[in-house]
Amino acid sequence: MSGVAIGVDAGSTTWKAVILDDQGQVLASRVAPAEPLVDQQTRVELARLRERTSTSSDVPVGATGYGRKRVGAQRAITEITCHARGAFHITGAGGVLVDVGGQDSKIIHMGPDGSVLDFAMNDKCAAGTGRFLEVLLGRLQVAWEDVPALVASARSAVSVSSTCTVFAESEVISLVAEGEPVEGILKGVHQSLASRVAGLAGLLPPGGAVYMSGGVALGRAMVDALAAALGRPVTVLAEPQLVGALGAALSVR
Amino acid sequence: MITRRLQYELVKRLAAPLLVQLQGASKRLKGRQGPRPGSPFGPPLKSVALLKDLMTRHYLEGRYADGAVPVAWVTSGFPVEILRALGFFSIYPENHAALCGVQRLTPELSDAAERVGHSRSLCSYARTDMGAVLLEKTPVGRLPRPDLLACCTNICQTVLYWYRCLADHFKVPLVLIDTPFVYGESQEHHQQYVRDQLEELLSVAERIGGRRHSSEELVRVARLSHEGTLLWGECLAESTNRPAPWTGFDGFFHIAPIVTLRGSEECNAYYRHLLDELRHRVRHGVGGIKEERYRLMWDNLPIWYNVRDMSTLLAENRFNIVVTTYTNAWAEAGKRMDPTDPVGSAARSYTHIILNEDLDRRLELMTRLAREYHVDGALLHSDRSCKPYSIGQVDLKDRLAREAQVRALLLEADHNDPRAYSTEQGNTRLQAFMESFA
Repeated sequence: MSGVAIGVDAGSTTWKAVILDDQGQVLASRVAPAEPLVDQQTRVELARLRERTSTSSDVPVGATGYGRKRVGAQRAITEITCHARGAFHITGAGGVLVDVGGQDSKIIHMGPDGSVLDFAMNDKCAAGTGRFLEVLLGRLQVAWEDVPALVASARSAVSVSSTCTVFAESEVISLVAEGEPVEGILKGVHQSLASRVAGLAGLLPPGGAVYMSGGVALGRAMVDALAAALGRPVTVLAEPQLVGALGAALSVR
Repeated sequence: MITRRLQYELVKRLAAPLLVQLQGASKRLKGRQGPRPGSPFGPPLKSVALLKDLMTRHYLEGRYADGAVPVAWVTSGFPVEILRALGFFSIYPENHAALCGVQRLTPELSDAAERVGHSRSLCSYARTDMGAVLLEKTPVGRLPRPDLLACCTNICQTVLYWYRCLADHFKVPLVLIDTPFVYGESQEHHQQYVRDQLEELLSVAERIGGRRHSSEELVRVARLSHEGTLLWGECLAESTNRPAPWTGFDGFFHIAPIVTLRGSEECNAYYRHLLDELRHRVRHGVGGIKEERYRLMWDNLPIWYNVRDMSTLLAENRFNIVVTTYTNAWAEAGKRMDPTDPVGSAARSYTHIILNEDLDRRLELMTRLAREYHVDGALLHSDRSCKPYSIGQVDLKDRLAREAQVRALLLEADHNDPRAYSTEQGNTRLQAFMESFA
């Protein structure tokens, strides 16, 4: 079966795409580290995806993410709308969607029909985003896949500030030098990020289901920290990294 | 003094009018610029040419004003009518800073202010102005040296410290009018407190200006000021029509006369002309943008260096800003003015400025404007440089949605400093907000 709609999410950290069939199911998908030349990367990656799924070159493309205007798509839509559309397609329900991406985090309040009623995003600073986690994991020399076990083994969290990623980095260096255990610092880093994201949620109405999308949702430790900070269970959407691309594909279906 | 006065009068009466006429003729020879093909905007307002002439003349006269007539530098919410009645020429550092902001001069000017120790967290108008003074650099050629500095705390407390710095720099007297923050309606003792200060201002200004005030002249200027604010209000109210004959962004520029020339005949003549043009556009269904589908309200100061880009983005998506709390502030003031009691009514009207009133009043105002201008949503500019305007906007946003069914977006920026604004992030938020209306 060939695809009928393509969605590209050209984010700041990763490039994502999905191809949908006529039933709205994902036929193929791809996640790759973002390259600076978005148009070139899109051309190469989409050619491969099209070939894999025998999808013709005139199938419409919807684009989202910071590189959305450079993808050469039929429609360019913001991540807020696309994540809400993708989430509604998966859940069929409204609620609150938390998307923590590479350079921004968003809290979207969706109506029962999936429409965006309100949203809040991190301000000019990247301290509430995936980049915060990425920088601090690098500084602690911890691999992404080892994070859940390390955080689970921490006796207690060591407090880390979330005012600024760069300041937090120097704070972590000092904590390591003072002999604080890596697991405790790691747990503190997660709590710090979660509290920053949860702070955005305070701008939205309480109640309703909370879903999570974006690359950071792949880390169980982060989801748990966010649920604790919000005081509510958080459901991670299937293939959380692809929710934006899914929404973009749905916009041209 | 006499030579200087002669020079000033020559410029005011002959050279300035001649220069603007020559500029106008040169533009006519080059051909008037219409909207570029594919532009989402309606035909440009013809009054813009007059506005430019008016402001060019004002700043040109300013170059020759010091030494010829008494000069005061004043804040936008200062009861300037009293100074005008005593023959003062006034310069508005805020308006001048906005001019610099539009031309993206703030980073360079602010750097100069920061080098002498002013924090970047300080208002970008203050930094721009201070930098312009330190570098003696201005897009208007030259600013006249003040004989008097006059600030009023009805817009913020920063003005006091800003003007103290100016007073220290120029070694001239500073008059402060302190307006108590009001919850609901101001009380008699509030007004008496401000009235007493205005009486004191009169005597200081008389001493510096070298002439006694005349009650007739005070009443005459107050009448002109009252009429000007009412005319400005009528211009704005034309946007209650669909389509609005101009955009809120146009309003940001056309506000210049009511701020800088309030209480003068040329200010009122300009707004009569503008009002005629707006009414003509309304009669013929000419809009500020070609296709007006959604109507928005703007809260707070404009983002001066980004007005063109933002207005284009909105217009391309068929959104028009039809009302702004900022431009409306000068129209609102007129409602409390009583020219027969120039000092008493100045105390009352200048105390009830939007930034000097509590949040309930602001919500009440915004709800009324939303209803009168039939808005679909609101953009609340959370202005890093204007804390008094920005504080409470999170509550305002929630209450506008809950109590007036007006959805709003909080947009973080700075009115004058482009270094504090992330264009890509701002555009993404704005675009997402617009998409949510589809």
